[in-house]
Amino acid sequence: MQRTAKLWLLIGLAAYAVLPWYMVPGGFWSFGWLQAWSADARPALVWALGGHAWLLAPVIGLLGAALALATTRGLALARALVVSGALGLLLMAGQGLAILGNRARFEALDGLTQPGMGAGALLVAAALLFILTTGISGLGRGRGDVFITGMVGAIVALVGVFVFYPMSFILIRAFELRGGAGLGVSEFLPRFLAPDIWSIACLLGTGYCGAAMNSLLLGLATATGTTIMGLAFALIFTRTAFPAKRFLRVLTILPIITPPFVIGLVLILLFGRSGTITEFFSDAFGWEKTRWLYGFWGVWLAQMLSFTPIAFLVLIGVVEGVNPSVEEASQTLDANRWQTFRFVSLPLMRPGLANAFLLGFIESLADFGNPLVLGGNFNVLSTEIYFAIVGTVADPAKAAILSLTLLSMTLGAFLAQRTWLGKKNYATVTGKGDSGQHAGLNPALRWACYALALPWALFTMVLYALIMFGSFVKLWGYDHTLTLEHYRRAFGIVVRNGVHLTGSAWDSFLTTLTIAAIAAPLTAAVGLATAYLLVRQKFAGKDAFEFSTMLSFAIPGTVIGVAYVMAFNFPPIELTGTGLILIIVFIFRNMPVGVRGGIAAMSQLDRSLDEASVTLGASSATTLRRVILPLMGPAILAALTYSFVRAITSVSAVIFLVSARYNMATSFIVGRVENGEFGIAIAYAAVLIVTMLLAILALQLLIGRRKLRRADRLQAT
Amino acid sequence: MKGSVRFENVTKRFGDVVALKPLSLDITPGTLVTLLGPSGCGKTTTLRLIAGLESASEGRILIGGQDVTHLSATYRAVSMVFQSYALFPHMSVLENVGYGLRVKGMPKSEVKARAEHGLEQVGLKGFGERLPSELSGGQQQRVAVARAIVLEPEVLLLDEPLSNLDAKLRRHVREEIRQIQQQLGLTAVYVTHDQEEAMAVSDRIIVMKNAEIAQEGTPQDLYDRPASAFIADFIGDANLLDVEICRSGQDTEIVLLDRKLTLPVQSAATGAAQMVLRPHDIRLERSPAPDRLPAKIVYAAWLGNTVQYTLATEAGSIFVIAPPQADPFCTGDTVYLAFDPQKVRLVTS
Ligand SMILES: Nc1ncnc2c1ncn2[C@@H]1O[C@H](COP(=O)(O)OP(=O)(O)O)[C@@H](O)[C@H]1O
Ligand SMILES: [Mg+2]
Repeated sequence: MQRTAKLWLLIGLAAYAVLPWYMVPGGFWSFGWLQAWSADARPALVWALGGHAWLLAPVIGLLGAALALATTRGLALARALVVSGALGLLLMAGQGLAILGNRARFEALDGLTQPGMGAGALLVAAALLFILTTGISGLGRGRGDVFITGMVGAIVALVGVFVFYPMSFILIRAFELRGGAGLGVSEFLPRFLAPDIWSIACLLGTGYCGAAMNSLLLGLATATGTTIMGLAFALIFTRTAFPAKRFLRVLTILPIITPPFVIGLVLILLFGRSGTITEFFSDAFGWEKTRWLYGFWGVWLAQMLSFTPIAFLVLIGVVEGVNPSVEEASQTLDANRWQTFRFVSLPLMRPGLANAFLLGFIESLADFGNPLVLGGNFNVLSTEIYFAIVGTVADPAKAAILSLTLLSMTLGAFLAQRTWLGKKNYATVTGKGDSGQHAGLNPALRWACYALALPWALFTMVLYALIMFGSFVKLWGYDHTLTLEHYRRAFGIVVRNGVHLTGSAWDSFLTTLTIAAIAAPLTAAVGLATAYLLVRQKFAGKDAFEFSTMLSFAIPGTVIGVAYVMAFNFPPIELTGTGLILIIVFIFRNMPVGVRGGIAAMSQLDRSLDEASVTLGASSATTLRRVILPLMGPAILAALTYSFVRAITSVSAVIFLVSARYNMATSFIVGRVENGEFGIAIAYAAVLIVTMLLAILALQLLIGRRKLRRADRLQAT
Repeated sequence: MKGSVRFENVTKRFGDVVALKPLSLDITPGTLVTLLGPSGCGKTTTLRLIAGLESASEGRILIGGQDVTHLSATYRAVSMVFQSYALFPHMSVLENVGYGLRVKGMPKSEVKARAEHGLEQVGLKGFGERLPSELSGGQQQRVAVARAIVLEPEVLLLDEPLSNLDAKLRRHVREEIRQIQQQLGLTAVYVTHDQEEAMAVSDRIIVMKNAEIAQEGTPQDLYDRPASAFIADFIGDANLLDVEICRSGQDTEIVLLDRKLTLPVQSAATGAAQMVLRPHDIRLERSPAPDRLPAKIVYAAWLGNTVQYTLATEAGSIFVIAPPQADPFCTGDTVYLAFDPQKVRLVTS
């Protein structure tokens, strides 16, 4: 305990005395601050003595810890460390929140300003945090393991700063009064309950519905549709002898690596007013060209295409998980195949169906790309939030209120799912090798599944073929001459006196890949570390910890984007316009999946393996590195792949956070779509899809190779 | 003192479940002590508390005279052999055995030499390059032991180390473990629920029941002087007969089914008690006598070296192990039970 505390104390003091306290222009790694050391890039110590007296606050914690280390031992020292660490953090946060970039929050401090915190502040905060957690371990918590309490502390702090802190801004700004008159509840309820949010006029046939109503209806329709489709695919996969299963599997993966609005785009090119198919029917049968696609049905169709694979992935696990012996038992009791399915298998799949439904519901509510492209007059919450921020009349309070509405819906669904699944546990996967065969489907059901799924698969296939096709023609719908023009304009390379990337997409493409490549391992690390703590460690407040790490799963991207813009646009933490904020938003948005995957994988590793390692004298950190990580290859691969893909394809949160310097692929494509440059947009999307496929393959090769020599025995042997 | 283990009123709760009531124990260095008791009585919990895998809810734990209550498992000089062996499946046998040395930062060549020596000690020389999954159960078990002992721990912990082996192998492996422990002079704490295993390997046995210690002592102590009916029944087979103690003291006078008997054994108090009769200590006679109980043979099993009888008496069913006779009794025979009053024990129920 002492050594760790001393180490962090030294780091904290050094950072306080040497590193620039505030953000420096050009970023820390440019080391430009070395020249400006006496100016803007002054360390806290110099600032504090030269006018920013409030910067003496954080060092109180460090000095307290130093005093404690010099004078006491044992439990008393542990307590003193806890107190000094906590005090230091509180004081530091206090001064940061009280004195902002352009003003102070309280009148007493009028006239004081300071920029956003930088490297020095970050390290001092880390030092205080770890002094605190070291003290906690000294009190015997977390089995007295410094590493464990430190890890818990770090994750709690990160989630606190990057999930709860920004979300609190949404909560506060929802109560903002018009005209900058401060905060109050008087306007909140009327605005929250306003008809443009909740109206049900469309159901009554008297006008448009409110955005929340639209979102709700769309969510229910999409969830129902994707669950049924997903079930049909899952049944075909597990209970029939359909010949082209592998091919189906690829088709169901494709939409996951497709940027979200690309499907909407292709639908427009097919079914829009001047879409290929619309034109065809108009010419051949004289059908009227309508704008049916721009509204509920268009968005629904696009979401069905986008989210069916997710339902499938959830359901295939569940359908496979139904113990074959149960089905065989039913058949030996003289039930026919339909009865077996109806009365045995289906009820056992019920939790999975609920899971798929709720996932579809949440995804649909959070979806931003498809409604943006296809919504027309059909307003949903996620797009309304966007327009409340970037529209002609920016109205942050409205955005906050809409965000609250959306958040309460997704959170409600999330909680409903947890309660529901918490109560019923039908799992029949025992870990014993259940031999036996799943009952086949009876013919009627089999054909029903085929009838649903196969045209759908065909449709998806056609869409993807068209994406490729569309990227190679001059102007889809009008001029189908083949051309490489779009690729040249987007990804042109000129070799003359060196290589020049002249294409307009290169910038955003490289930024996207870089940021995704940085974010993916960090996301996997944070997710798996959290999973490790949840599965393997015991500590007070574990349930709350688990819940808060899963929370960001229920926060739609648009909402988190808005929250980040509101929270990180000014000191104490000023990140907008940096690449860092993009990395951070990806980490915390995608972390829950890493956590889930990690939990699943770690639960299959016999706990005595890490206990053996620890009793053999390895520290928790060594155990994690030498024993657990090597045995978790597949889970790491999944987490890496997922976060990489999500970082490339996500648009909703990112669209608020990109800047001229750090533009992302998706927001670049959205820009092209808004300008009507469909060709480039599609070409770009095609390149992204291929890139991601290659990246996934590369990851598989890289990590898949280093598998256990005997991968089949993960149990302790 | 190096190798000693001491619990001072240690308790352990998991939420509402009390896994260990206030428990104090002292383990002498260099001895093998067994924690014995039925499943769920808190043996594993006790062991994990020594290892530092659980932290005590209350009380102090001392190892080698040092307070380790708040010390994490990594830093305790304790090694453990797990019930599942917990061999790392991605490391070779040699890497497994050398793991503890390697994470301590010992040079590679020395790690290898010591790990090989460890394998030799358990008779697995030359198996170093294999993966654990390429060994038999008994070999895996020995690798787990080797991995624990190369660290030269102050205390070696073994949690039901034989439970995954087949019956024949168990006897062999337990003798090996005992030999290694004695050769190296290790303090060992051994958990089992099998009383025969416990008797065979232990210097002392701590019998646990319902999250506390029921009795502790040498195997012979427990067999000869059980403190309760539970111990009498658990350590060796015993017939328990309800009696009434009417006079206590140097010689005890008891009433067994209207028969008054005087026994040359100590007893504390008068009142209801139980008489412990070991199956080996009962003789079956053909003729009645005042201090002989009449009984009827319900079942007789001839096992070669012994004959086992189940008898029905007025005091209940009684189990007897008799040496083989030329003329064994048959089911339905009436016999008379005789026993040596010296060998009878009285316990409170
Ligand atoms: N991690 C745990 N959480 C809750 N209860 C536990 C836990 N570990 C053990 N117990 C309970 O403590 C009691 C003692 O368990 P244990 O020490 O494993 O018994 P055994 O003597 O069979 O080894 C049991 O009732 C068990 O259910
Ligand atoms: Mg046990």
